[in-house]
Amino acid sequence: MSLPDTRVPPGPVREAWSSHKSRMRLVNPANKRGLRVLVVGSGLAGAGAAASLAEQGYAVTCFCYQDSARRAHSIAAQGGINAAKNYQNDGDTVARLFEDTLRGGDYRSREAHVHRLAELSVNVIDQCVAQGVPFAREYGGVLANRSFGGVQVKRTFYARGQTGQQLMLGAYGALSRQVRDGRVTMLPRREVLDVVVADNHAQGVIARNLVTGELERHSGHAVVLASGGYGTVYYLSTLAMGCNATAAWRAHVRGALFANPSFVQIHPTCLMAQGDHQAKLTLMSESLRNDGRIWTPAGKGDTRDPATIPRHERDYYLERKYPAYGNLAPRDIASRAAKEACDAGRGIGPAGRGVYLDFEDAIAREGTEVIRGRYGNLFQLYQTITGDDPYETPMRIYPAAHFTMGGLWVDYHLMTSVRSLYAVGECNFADHGANRLGANSLLQACVDGNFVLPYTLGHDLNPEVGRAAPDTAAPAFAAAEHDVRGRIAALSGSAGTTTPRTFHRRLGAVLWDRCGISRSAAGLRSALDDVRALRQEFHRDVRVVGRADAFNPELEKALRVSDYMELAELMVRDALARDESCGAHFREEHQSPDGEAERDDDQQMHVSAWRHGGLGEPSLHKEPLSFTLAAPATRSYK
Amino acid sequence: MRVRLKIWRQASADVPGSLETYDLDDVDPQMSFLEMLDHLNETLAERGERAVVFDHDCREGICGQCGVFINGRPHGPGRGVATCQLHMRSFEDGSTIVIEPWRAGPFPVLCDLVTDRGAFDRIVASGGFVSVHTGAAPEANAVLVSKRDAEEAFDAAACIGCGACVAVCKNASAMLFVGAKVSHLATLPQGRTERSARALNMVETMEAEGFGGCTQTGACEVVCPKEISVRTIARLNFEYLRARLLRSLR
Repeated sequence: MSLPDTRVPPGPVREAWSSHKSRMRLVNPANKRGLRVLVVGSGLAGAGAAASLAEQGYAVTCFCYQDSARRAHSIAAQGGINAAKNYQNDGDTVARLFEDTLRGGDYRSREAHVHRLAELSVNVIDQCVAQGVPFAREYGGVLANRSFGGVQVKRTFYARGQTGQQLMLGAYGALSRQVRDGRVTMLPRREVLDVVVADNHAQGVIARNLVTGELERHSGHAVVLASGGYGTVYYLSTLAMGCNATAAWRAHVRGALFANPSFVQIHPTCLMAQGDHQAKLTLMSESLRNDGRIWTPAGKGDTRDPATIPRHERDYYLERKYPAYGNLAPRDIASRAAKEACDAGRGIGPAGRGVYLDFEDAIAREGTEVIRGRYGNLFQLYQTITGDDPYETPMRIYPAAHFTMGGLWVDYHLMTSVRSLYAVGECNFADHGANRLGANSLLQACVDGNFVLPYTLGHDLNPEVGRAAPDTAAPAFAAAEHDVRGRIAALSGSAGTTTPRTFHRRLGAVLWDRCGISRSAAGLRSALDDVRALRQEFHRDVRVVGRADAFNPELEKALRVSDYMELAELMVRDALARDESCGAHFREEHQSPDGEAERDDDQQMHVSAWRHGGLGEPSLHKEPLSFTLAAPATRSYK
Repeated sequence: MRVRLKIWRQASADVPGSLETYDLDDVDPQMSFLEMLDHLNETLAERGERAVVFDHDCREGICGQCGVFINGRPHGPGRGVATCQLHMRSFEDGSTIVIEPWRAGPFPVLCDLVTDRGAFDRIVASGGFVSVHTGAAPEANAVLVSKRDAEEAFDAAACIGCGACVAVCKNASAMLFVGAKVSHLATLPQGRTERSARALNMVETMEAEGFGGCTQTGACEVVCPKEISVRTIARLNFEYLRARLLRSLR
C-alpha cells in the first residue's frame, strides 16, 4: 500500500492556500445542519474547530476528559503566540516567519503547510483580540510584542506568562456561545477509547463516561481528533496528568498513518525531579537563561552545598562548549549538554539528574531589585514549588519532555489517511518538522482549528450532503465497542502485583534514557527489546483495583499506559529508522567531531509515515520533502 | 514524615459518604499534596482497596481542575496557590489532615473528592464571551486598549474557575467567579457592546443554578488561588444595576 495523496496544491507555494481556498467546494448553510462533526478534545485546536464549525452551521459534538472544556492543556502554555504582523516595524514578513519555522524544524516539515501557518498567523491575532484576550499593550494602546528564542524580530504576542490561558478562555467563550445556541453538544468527562472505521472511512467514536463507566457510541459525518500530544509517554513531562495518546493511537490502529513519532521536543529548563514520588515536571521560562549561568560541579559525585564549591571547581559547561551563545544555546543543545554532564557523574540532586541555574553573578552585577523586576514571578513560582530561595541558592533544573512534533499523518486538508478522520493541533505532525519554534504551538492550534479545518472540511463533506450519519447499530460500531469492552475487561480487576503507575514510570525511564535527548542504534535496539518485554509483563502482571462501571482513575490509567506501551515501540522504531541527526532527534552516530548534529539531506529528507501492522510489524512509508523557497541550511551556534 | 488523613469517601452521587482514616508514615516533605494522595492511592492499590478519586490535571495551578477542602480551607493553608501547588512541607510531622470535597449545593459530589461544577459552564454559556464569529474580527490594532485597561482586564481574566470562592462562601455565592468574567469583558472595548445583556444573563443563570448572594465577607478573595479581587464583585454589582436601570428606562 502506498502513501495517500498529500493534496498539496500544485504551483507556487506562496499562492497555494489562497488559490486552493477559492477552488474548494462549499456546503449550503441549510445543508450544514444535517452534517454532524465529532470533535475529540477542547483545547485551542478542538474548541476553535468546534466553535468555528458550529458558527458555520454544522451540528457538532465535542468531547473532553476534563470536567470542563476550559481546562484543556492549551491553558498551561506560558510564553506567547507568533504572528507576522510587523507591528514593531522591524522587517517581519510572512516569508520570515515561514523561514524561521522551517529552519527551526530543521527542514523536516512540509513547506506548503508551514507557509499557510505563517500566512494565517495575522488572522489569529485579530480573532483573539476580538474575543477579548487581554494581550499586553504599549502605553499608546497598541499591542506589545516580545522576542522569542531563535529569531531576530519581535513578533510574539503575550498575556503576561499566561498566554495559553487567555487564548484558551477566548476559545472556550466562543465554544460556550455555540453550546448556548444548541449547535455544540459538549460532553465533558468522556474519554474517547476508539475510532469507528469501516472501509477506511471514519464513522464515529466509542467514548467512556468517566463518571459512570458507561460506553457510548457516537456517529458523525466526520471525526476530528484534537487530542493533543503524547509527551506523557515519558511518564515525567511538562504535560497535564490526564494528557494521553489513546484517541490518536487507536486511530492509528484503525488505519491512520502515524508520522515522525520519535520527534519530541525536550525543554531544557524544567524543575528537577525531587524523588520517585514526582508526578510531573514544571517548566520554568527559558528567559531565565538570559541572566542565569548553568553549571555543575567539575568533579564526579560532588554533593557539597553549591555555595561552598569554589569557582575553579565548577564547570560552566555551556559557556565552555558554546562560547558564542553560552547559556542561550538552543533548547536541544542545552538539553543534550545537561544530559552529558549528568551521564558523566557530575549531576546534582538526590538522583544526580540535575544542574544548577545560578543567578549569583547577575545579582552581584545588577542588584537583587533589578533581577526581581525581571524574574520576580518566576523566582516566586520556583520557591513555591521547591521551598528554595533562588536569590540565595541556585535553581536546580533538568530537561523534560515537552512537545511532540510527531503525530497523525495528515494531508493538506488535515485529513488523516482514513477518510473523514482529521487531526488538528499537536495531534498531527505537519508544521513543526523535527523541532518546534518557540511560540508556534499556540499558533498552530489556532490556525488549524479556526482557519484551515472549517474550509477543508466543507470541501470534503460536500458529497455527504443529504446522507444520514452512520447508524450506531451498524456492525462497525458493534465491533469497535466489543473491542473496547475486551480491553477494559482484560484490565479491570486484574490481580497482578504491579500498579499501572509503576509500569508507566518504568516505561518512561527506558524511553527517556534511550529514546530521549540523545539516541544511538545500540541503545534503541536494546530499548526495543525492553519495551516489548515490559509490555508483556504489563499485560501479565498489572494490578487494577476497582470496577469498570464506576469512576475509576486506576482503570483510566491502565488503559492509557496500555497504549503507551505500543506507542513507545513505534517511537523507538522510528528513531532507529531515522539514520541522521535532525532538530530534536540526535543520533550519536551522526555528529561532527565537535559534537554538532549532522543531517543527511540525501537519504533522510522525508516524513516517516508508519502504518500499523496489526499483529505483525508496522511498515514505513517515506514521503519525500522538497523545498522550493529556501534551500536547507545547517545550524551553527558556536 | 507521618500524617493521618481523614478523607471523604463517597462511592457515587447517590450514596451517603463518610470520613475515613488513613495513616501514611513515609511521606517525603518535598512531595506535593497531590503526590501524597498519589502515594496513598498506590498504597491502597497494593492492598486491593479502591483509589481515592480526586480531580487534578495540569498540576501547576492554571487549569483549575483540582481543589479540595484541606483542614476546612479550600486549597489548604497556602496563599495564592491551588491545591496542586501545595507541598507537604507546609504540614507538621505527625499532623492530621482532613480532606473534603467542595461543599456547596450547586456543586454536587460525584465521587469522593470530586464535584460537578457544570453550573460554572452554564453561567459562562449564558453570556461570558464576546459574540464574534471566526473571520469577522477587525484588524487587531484598529481598537486601542490602554495599558491600564489591559492589565485590569487581565487581573480579572486570570480566574481559573476552580470554585474555591463558592466553596468557602457561607452563601455558596458565585459572585467572585461571575464578577471576574464580567469585569474582564466590561473593561475591554471588545466586550462593552454586550455588557448589559452579559451582566443580566449571567446573574440570572447564577441564581437559577442555586448560588447564593454576596454578603461581602470577602473570604472568596482570601482563598482564591489567583487572588482575584473582591472589587470585581463591586464591578459586577455596578454592571448589573446599570443594566437594570437602562432596561427600566427603555
